[in-house]
Amino acid sequence: MTELSKSGAALSEPVKDSPAPSAFLEVRDLKVHFPTDDGLVKSVDGLSFTLEKGKTLGIVGESGSGKSVTSLGIMGLHTTGQYGKRKAQLSGEIWLDGTELLTADPDHVRKLRGREMSMIFQDPLSALHPYYTIGHQIVEAYRIHNDVDKKTARRRAIEMLDRVGIPQPDKRVDGYPHEFSGGMRQRAMIAMSLVNNPELLIADEPTTALDVTVQAQILDLIRDLQKEFGSAVIVITHDLGVVAELSDDILVMYGGRCVERGPAEKVFYEPRHPYTWGLLGSMPRLDRDQQERLIPVKGSPPSLINIPSGCAFNPRCPYADVPKDNVTRTVRPELTEVGSQHWAACHMTQEQRERIWTEEIAPKL
Amino acid sequence: MTTQRTTRRRKQAVAAAGVVAALLATAACGGGGTDEGGEGGAAGFDAANNKVAQASEAKKGGELKFAAAQDADSWDTTRGYYGFMWNFSRYYARTLVTGKTEPGAKGAEATPDLATSTAKITNGGKTYTYTLRDGVTWEDGKPITSKDVKYGIERVWAQDVLSGGPVYLKDILDPKGEYPGPYKDTSPDKLGLKAIETPDDKTIVFNLPAPNSDFEDMLTMASAAPVRQDKDTKSKYGLKPFSSGPYKFQSYTPNKKLVLVRNENWKPASDPVRKAYPDKISMTFFTNANDMDQRLINGDYDLDANQTGLSPQGRTTALKEHKGNLDNPVSGYIRYAVFPQTVKPFDNIHCRKAVIYGADHESLQTARGGPIAGGDIGTNMLPPSVPGAEGQKYDPYEMAGADKKGNVAKAKEELKACGQPNGFKTTVAVRNNKPVEVATAESLQASLKKVGIDVEIDQFDGAQTSGIIGSPENVKKKGYGIIIMGWGPDFPTVQGFGLPLWGSKYILESGNNNFAMIKDKTIDGLFADYVTELDDAKKEQISTEINHKVMEGGYYLPFTFEKFINWRSNRLANVYTTDNYNGTYDFVNLGLKK
Amino acid sequence: MLAYLTRRLFAAAVMLVVIILVVFCIFFLVPRWAGVDPATMFVGKQADPAAIEAVRQKLGLGDPILAQVWEFFKGLFAGRTYVGGGDVTQCSAPCFGYSFRNEQAIWPVLTDRFPVTLALALGAAVLWLIFGVAAGVLSALKRGSLWDRGAMVVALAGVSLPIYFTGLLSLAIFSYGLGWLDAQYVPIEESFTGWFGGMLLPWITLAFLYAAMYARITRATMLEVMGEDYIRTARAKGLREPVVIGKHAMRSTMTPILTMLGMDLGALIGGAILTETTFSLPGLGQAVLKAISDKDLPVILGVTLITSLAVIVANLVVDILYAVIDPRVRLA
Repeated sequence: MTELSKSGAALSEPVKDSPAPSAFLEVRDLKVHFPTDDGLVKSVDGLSFTLEKGKTLGIVGESGSGKSVTSLGIMGLHTTGQYGKRKAQLSGEIWLDGTELLTADPDHVRKLRGREMSMIFQDPLSALHPYYTIGHQIVEAYRIHNDVDKKTARRRAIEMLDRVGIPQPDKRVDGYPHEFSGGMRQRAMIAMSLVNNPELLIADEPTTALDVTVQAQILDLIRDLQKEFGSAVIVITHDLGVVAELSDDILVMYGGRCVERGPAEKVFYEPRHPYTWGLLGSMPRLDRDQQERLIPVKGSPPSLINIPSGCAFNPRCPYADVPKDNVTRTVRPELTEVGSQHWAACHMTQEQRERIWTEEIAPKL
Repeated sequence: MTTQRTTRRRKQAVAAAGVVAALLATAACGGGGTDEGGEGGAAGFDAANNKVAQASEAKKGGELKFAAAQDADSWDTTRGYYGFMWNFSRYYARTLVTGKTEPGAKGAEATPDLATSTAKITNGGKTYTYTLRDGVTWEDGKPITSKDVKYGIERVWAQDVLSGGPVYLKDILDPKGEYPGPYKDTSPDKLGLKAIETPDDKTIVFNLPAPNSDFEDMLTMASAAPVRQDKDTKSKYGLKPFSSGPYKFQSYTPNKKLVLVRNENWKPASDPVRKAYPDKISMTFFTNANDMDQRLINGDYDLDANQTGLSPQGRTTALKEHKGNLDNPVSGYIRYAVFPQTVKPFDNIHCRKAVIYGADHESLQTARGGPIAGGDIGTNMLPPSVPGAEGQKYDPYEMAGADKKGNVAKAKEELKACGQPNGFKTTVAVRNNKPVEVATAESLQASLKKVGIDVEIDQFDGAQTSGIIGSPENVKKKGYGIIIMGWGPDFPTVQGFGLPLWGSKYILESGNNNFAMIKDKTIDGLFADYVTELDDAKKEQISTEINHKVMEGGYYLPFTFEKFINWRSNRLANVYTTDNYNGTYDFVNLGLKK
Repeated sequence: MLAYLTRRLFAAAVMLVVIILVVFCIFFLVPRWAGVDPATMFVGKQADPAAIEAVRQKLGLGDPILAQVWEFFKGLFAGRTYVGGGDVTQCSAPCFGYSFRNEQAIWPVLTDRFPVTLALALGAAVLWLIFGVAAGVLSALKRGSLWDRGAMVVALAGVSLPIYFTGLLSLAIFSYGLGWLDAQYVPIEESFTGWFGGMLLPWITLAFLYAAMYARITRATMLEVMGEDYIRTARAKGLREPVVIGKHAMRSTMTPILTMLGMDLGALIGGAILTETTFSLPGLGQAVLKAISDKDLPVILGVTLITSLAVIVANLVVDILYAVIDPRVRLA
């Protein structure tokens, strides 16, 4: 176990001293901990990033890396309490358009939900209420935040369904989720998320539950809509391919922390963290043949109760012994700037990493 | 607690009711009743037992409220067999003669009702002649004629349609069963029964093939009530009998509620028996006996129509807090064990006597509920309410006297005389739905063990009584040496009580009640004498003698002369028990205080 | 939806015919196979041979079985006339049989008593739904709290205590003891307030038992539903918590509750014997209990049929409600 760094500010570059940041969304040293009978689960443990309007941030990581928890934290869906479970403990700051969400009145945050920020969930079949029509659910989402009559809301719902590419929207509006195909359901889910023109859209694994062919359509749709609505978008995924399609910036999470972040092309073409290398290696590519295609990251994700000391990735890292004095196992590496707007947390020197990447990793990809 | 009426006769199955030893304690404490006698209050403990309580306080008017856990088997006078139905029927059905409206034994004496006097008996006891009173009317104001009386009695013959009631009149007047009943009667007026003549509308003559000295008692039963032919709805008559008495049916839903209102066409002057105090009489049916008792105690109702006595729970409360509202009359039932002579070694009188001597009578009484809820120790087989009975004065086996705890020495002597000096094994049959009877069986088992008689208890399905212990063949097969039962009279005479139990002609293949299989010429002869004897004093004498003969034969081990605890509300006046209905309250002249 | 309804109705009708056949067999054939003359069962005990013969004649018990079943079915729709022993008894349609014990046609008895049982069942159902579901929801939302534990202990007590115990206890306390509620049945046509007052204690007692069960099932279902993704979606939309629970979560929670309700109501209509007996309510349960002790077979048969009908109808209603609540069912 490693002590948390006392200074959240030291963890990441974008932290500013002024309480009201200029960025549209700024997350500062976010920690989301869940007390359980076995101990404290540190799902997110000091995460910071910023996002501007019209930009897309891709958060990438394995399951359990804390990416979904982060999104729920922003949405304020932890504080409303997961019934039957112990409440999450959140700390840090989340600034959305000048408002700090963690300390804000919960009812104010509720009003922001669905209007200022909305979310697309992974599995639209389970995320949509099976007993209500698609139209009803969209109308409901619209009317919470807009004082309009049902007719107007329904027109709006049909318009949105049309916009997300659902054929015969005036008919399908009265359909039930189970009557839609997977792709259509996700389109409907997106229509519902966008019905209030949210400034921030969080898409949590928006394509994971879908067929490969449909995935691309949905990603196209999200990209088009983002351009149209000018929202800030966070795409959460374990699939680097998805973020490659959409993202301006990429944030790689491991064990509840950010291990690398930077502009998409930098992270893709000059990744500076062994975990990112692993992710890239496990990414399917069409231009390579079957045998070499997948190089999964060996080992399993860390326990969030007993995060390995030093670098959380050290037990799985093939280069853990490159830095001297066993430092990877004793000292937690901090994010350091490895290029313009490009940050990574690794004990290896820049040169070591550059060499390994260009000599050992890149040729295999 | 209502009991299943499983014996052939159902009259007053009744007092059978609840008896639980738990009461003993309460009874012993005696608890002084808080309600003392006096105007508007309870009359006091046992104030209405064989005497009239608060006669002067009865006023005209009001609604007399009966509560009942059991509806009548039928309110049709021909079909009803429950004692309380006979009692209640006097509100709407008159008979030629009826029981006196006086407490105790007097109540069992016949007094003229529709008739001007009791029977003129001629022809050596074979002809009974009655003359009807003037002014006796039906509920529509038409006069009641002798033909109506005859037709009402004829209905007893229509057993296929009107099953359920007593058939004494049929057996006595037409023993060969020649008359087919009024519904199959080919004569135009449907009055084809030869044994009854109606020379004119006022006169009715009964011609008995053989004399029967209890005949007039039988005419006091509801089944002798008149029925008018044009009002006979046959099997549905019980839903709305056409009234000849002071009250008529207003509404009746079986098992729910019965309401009687005044019959305006009844003329008080024509009726020397009925006082007709209340304006309205209602009977509400309950399924929860405890609930019913509680409502009686609360004063919501005036008395229990079934007259089965309070259930153990209500009894405990009532004895503690409302003793003044209670009476503790003798029910007319005898509880006993009987020894079938067909099962060895009970063919030997000494073995029977061994059991009688070996039994702990006090313990049996306790098992029955003790002296108050159970009754006095029974010492012989004639209920105290039957003329000729001597009660505990006749105690040939010292059951209530020196040997009330049992006499092991005498029992062993009898065993020796029986040729079973080391005792024997036998089975006692007991109804499984009567916890009290099971308790008595266990008591008997315990005391007989001391004399070397090993008793095994066989609990049989109480609902199948007539097929199990009522079948002599089955009794023999199962080896039931001892059967535990109870019996009450249909009408309080030795014939009404004892003939089916002790008459050799009454041994039946199924539905038998002569469990002891008594085929005693002396007893049969005494019964023959009895039915031809018209003198009351001599009848009593014969009754006593029959009782003695039965006891001397050692066929029975009586447990108790049963008693029960009966509730009367504070509102009731002119309350008394009558032997005519086995120690229950006489309903017909109950009044309410104002 | 229409196809679904038609299918359900058809199934219910078939079910009913089968039940009538089975019940008929139980009451007419089984005694015969067991060597008991059904006629004796119809007269009741204390039967005179002439009476038994008359009933045999009236009921056509000597006829072939199929003819008897046919007569019974015909009676249901066209009424029946019983002739025997010089007596003619009419039983107008729908003739569910005739009690020769009480000299009553069964149908009027059923229609007379059915409303009482129905009122008892429905009134209690309203109470237990309100209190049971509310308690269950509260327990689920405050899981582990003192309220939750307390409510579940009470619920356990409610489930485990038999009705005759709670019934007698409540009678002893509230009716005889404190005198707050007079649990005495008064026909509604006599006095509405009297009727209502008399029904209150039976309702409460019966509802207590069921509310306990419903609280437990509601709590369990609610806990499960609150973990569903669509609840998270509802929150993500910005819905207020009461709407999330009251609308989105409740609708799903209602499904198993409705299933139970249908079965319980159906069963209660034929089986509120204990409650009706305890409180002396003149309903079907009381009638059937009386009939059993009187060995009045036609009444038992009639009540059995009407109870089966009630169960089938209740389940049909539940099936329809299912379809209303859950659109997915309509496809099935």
